[in-house]
Order: sequence, then structure tokens, then C-alpha cells
Amino acid sequence: MSKPILDVIGLTMNFGGIRALDHLDLDVYAGEIVALIGPNGAGKTTFFNCLTGMYAPAEGEIRLTSPETGKQTLLAGLKPNKITELGMARTFQNIRLFSRMTVLENVMIGRHCRTRSLIFGAIFRPRKTREEEQDTVDRSYRILEKVGLSGQVDELADNLSYGAQRRLEIARALATDPFLLLLDEPAAGMNPQETAELVDLIRRIRDDGHAVLLIEHDMKLVMTLSDRVFVLDYGEKIAQGTPAEIGVNAAVIKAYLGEEVLDEEMP
Amino acid sequence: MDYFIELFCSGLTRGAIYALIALGYTMVYGIIGLINFAHGEIYMIGAFTSFIVATVLSIYGFPLAAIVVVTGISAAIWSSAYGYTVEKIAYKPLRNAPRLTPLISAIGMSILLQNYVLLAQTSDFLPFPELIPEFAFMEPVAHIIGSSDLVILVTTAISMLLLTLFIKFTRLGKAMRATAQDKTMALLVGINVDRVISATFIVGSLLAAIGGLLIASHIGQINFAIGFIAGIKAFTAAVLGGIGSIPGAVLGSLILGLTESFATGYVSSDYEDVFAFSLLVLILILKPAGLLGRAGTGKV
Repeated sequence: MSKPILDVIGLTMNFGGIRALDHLDLDVYAGEIVALIGPNGAGKTTFFNCLTGMYAPAEGEIRLTSPETGKQTLLAGLKPNKITELGMARTFQNIRLFSRMTVLENVMIGRHCRTRSLIFGAIFRPRKTREEEQDTVDRSYRILEKVGLSGQVDELADNLSYGAQRRLEIARALATDPFLLLLDEPAAGMNPQETAELVDLIRRIRDDGHAVLLIEHDMKLVMTLSDRVFVLDYGEKIAQGTPAEIGVNAAVIKAYLGEEVLDEEMP
Repeated sequence: MDYFIELFCSGLTRGAIYALIALGYTMVYGIIGLINFAHGEIYMIGAFTSFIVATVLSIYGFPLAAIVVVTGISAAIWSSAYGYTVEKIAYKPLRNAPRLTPLISAIGMSILLQNYVLLAQTSDFLPFPELIPEFAFMEPVAHIIGSSDLVILVTTAISMLLLTLFIKFTRLGKAMRATAQDKTMALLVGINVDRVISATFIVGSLLAAIGGLLIASHIGQINFAIGFIAGIKAFTAAVLGGIGSIPGAVLGSLILGLTESFATGYVSSDYEDVFAFSLLVLILILKPAGLLGRAGTGKV
């Protein structure tokens, strides 16, 4: 097997005296959908924050390897915008769109790190700048079409329905051309119909060549969608494997349902 | 009636100059939540740079149009360099400090720049060469509105238009709006926030430099302290219109300029500041966020 595109080794994160992540190992390969699950407070979002450079972990290594160039980068100390430039983008559990900008503008912002023009370009508008802007608009339209928002490009992000806002967040992340997309509870608060559409969208994103690492509480979604599952509890990895393996893992059931349940049901 | 129109025009001119400076305050506040007290000094440096370049070029007898263009460009570049540097050394290291810290740093920078110009140049008022000629076509209305007033109004209007287009449509303008709305998220979508902040200071300084050149040529003399007064007025105008809002800064500036002008004309020039600041107090009591400001809910 080729090298993983994301390789996390021994990641540890402390908040004061509390160990939020404890020597966590995790890897994601190109073309995979990997789920990260665990009870509330298990450290899943903290893990995402470490990956994207918002937190500085106490110990451990995070390596990102571009599947195209094979170039490996150690993420330690890199700023969030650099990490996004390398090819890893994320969405948030509580939606964080630029609410006073239009749908199209939100996606165009995602193209920022793939485009170059600055003050000089803005003032003199050479051909390169104009071509770049046109390319940004074209790509943004294509992405919006992919997530099913092409009918609402000029709407303010704030005015979209909840499900649409979630899809716009994904669109904005996709605009940065990531080879790895991190989704933090993408199905949270969605109705069954919206969830079904989301499953479909995530599959299409994977088929387009983006690997996906997602945090999710919706077990049905996790079990149908993911190739592999990692389970966290109190900052430690308690299990990893295929959805089928995780479904019957005693440690996982214990973490989710408590010890007594396990004793009663499995004598 | 002529007197009213005359006061109105001179008020607009004043307001236009305030607006050029106020935009720098409001843009910087919008993006990093800092009142950049050194901004008035950037404007003063723009005026001084214009003075030096214009005087030297006049001595060598260059044509007026060439002098205006070269002076404008030099002032813009030089002021931008100062604005950029001030941000890098006085604010960037304090990016994550409590809010009062960069504010004190800004006041320090303001005092430093004033005294630097005082020492490097002079404390005297310097006569500024007249860069804007009396246009022949303005002759019939010259008793109401002067040629330099017209130039100031037109230049300001064009600057505002270009700024609006810049913020609305360009890649950097979008990045500025995104950074102003949510800095962390901007970082996460791959925007180099430090660079966007630098660009904001550069654009703000550029506008202030244009203001410095125009006002120096309009009034005809400059000294090291002009930045302080103009800075306070422009800051007032920005607050009046709702700090952080670009149209608000322009509106606030025009209202402030007109108020001052009418107060001077109908009451006494001694009272211009009294009226201006009474108006500010009144508006802030009735509408604390300023005329076009968003009511602050504070970030959670």
C-alpha cells in the first residue's frame, strides 16, 4: 500500500492539567472515507483543531503527504492558512460562513490561496488578473453546482436554509482544492432527507478524488459511508477498524453505553 | 443664499478630506478592531512628502501637471511604507494581546512620528506650493466654490468609487471582508491574514496620503502637528458614521464637515469644534453604534 496522505503519530494535547488527546495515532489513505467517532468530549474536535494548526499539540507528529506530488510535510508550527494551502480543508460543527457575503463570494474566498493577484493587480488589472478572476468564478460555479446550490449564487449566506448552509461550507472548503477534507459533524441537525443528500454528496466528493475524514454522531451515516472508523474516548483511541468490526467491538459499546449494559447483554 | 451654498461647498470639501482619512481608521478598525491613532500622522507624513517633492520639482521648473503626478505618487508610496512599517513594528507583535495594549502602542507611535517629523524637519509652518491652479471655467462660480475645492471633491469621489469597487470585486477586497467578519475562519480557508492586514494599512495610508496632498495644497501651509487635529476629526467622523463601516465613514465625514462649516459661517469659527462634538455626543446617545454601524453584540 502507498503512503498515507495523513499520518498522525502519538499526538498529545493538554489544556492545563487536562489531557484532551493522549498519544493518538491515525492515518488516512488517498480515496478513503474515514470516520472519527466517540462520545461527547472525547476530543474529536480538538483533534481537528490540532490538524488544522489552530492548536499547538504538546507532543506527536502530523505528516501530510500530497498524493499527486508525493511531497511529505511535517505540520508542526505551520499556520492554518499554510496547512490549507498544502491541501487540507475543514468545515465546522457550528457553521461558520461569511454570513454577510453572497454564496458565490463565500466559495470564491476559498480560491484565495490558489490565486495570486494583489494590490498591483487590483489597480492595473493586467490580463493575468482578469483571467485569474474569470477562472475563480468558473470554478466556483462548478463547485456550487456539485453541491446543489447553483440556483442561489447571489443569495446572502445568512439567508440560506440550514442544510444549504452546511453544503455551502463544504463547497467553500472544496474551493481550496484539498486532497483531504475534514468534516466536523456534517449531518448535525439535518433531517433524514438532507442527511441522505449529504451521504450522496460525500460519496461524490470522494469519487472526485478527495479523501474525507469526518466526525459524526449519526451512526447510520458512519456505518454506511465510511471505509474505516476510529473511536476516541477521553482523548484515547479505543478502537479502529471497518464499520463491521467497530459495531461488535466490546470497548466501543462500553464507551457508548456504559459497563453495566455490556454485562447484562453479554454474559 | 449664495452664502449658504458657499458654506455648503466648503463643508463638503472639509468632509471629503475627513473622509479620506476616516476610511483608514474605519478599515483598520473593521479588520483588527484597533483604533490606529498613528493614522493622522500617516496623513501628515503624506503632506510633508508632498511638500518636499513638490518644492524640489518646482525649483527645477517642471511643468505643473508633472509635479502633481509625481508628488501624488511619491506621497502615496512613502505614506504606505510608513503605514506598513507602523503595523509591522507596533501592532503585529501585539496581535493577541489585550485590546488596550495595541491602543497604547498606537498612541505611542503617533507621538513618536510627530516628534520625529518635528526634529527631522521643523516646528515652523512651511509654505506649501500651490499645485492646483485657478481654472478659467470656474471663474463664474469662484466666489462660491474654488478650484481646489472642486479638485478635492472630484478626487475624493473617484477614490471612494475605486475603493468600493476594490472591496467589492477584487480578490484582495473579498479577503479583507472575510477577514473582517471572521479572522479564524479566514485563516482556515487559506487566507494569509497577516498579508491582508498589511494590505489594509497600505490602502488606508494611500488614501490618507492623497488627503494630505490635497489639503496641504488647499490650505497652503503645513507643520508637524496637522496630523493630530485632522486625525481626531476623522476619527470622530468614523465613529459618527459607525466605526468599521465604510459608507458610514464617508457619511460621518460629510456630516461633520458640513456641521463645522455652518457653525463657522453662521455662529463663529470659535464654535466649530463645539458644534461638531456636540453632534457626536448627540448621535452616540441616540444611536450608540453610529449612523450606519452594526449594533455590537460582541463575539462570544
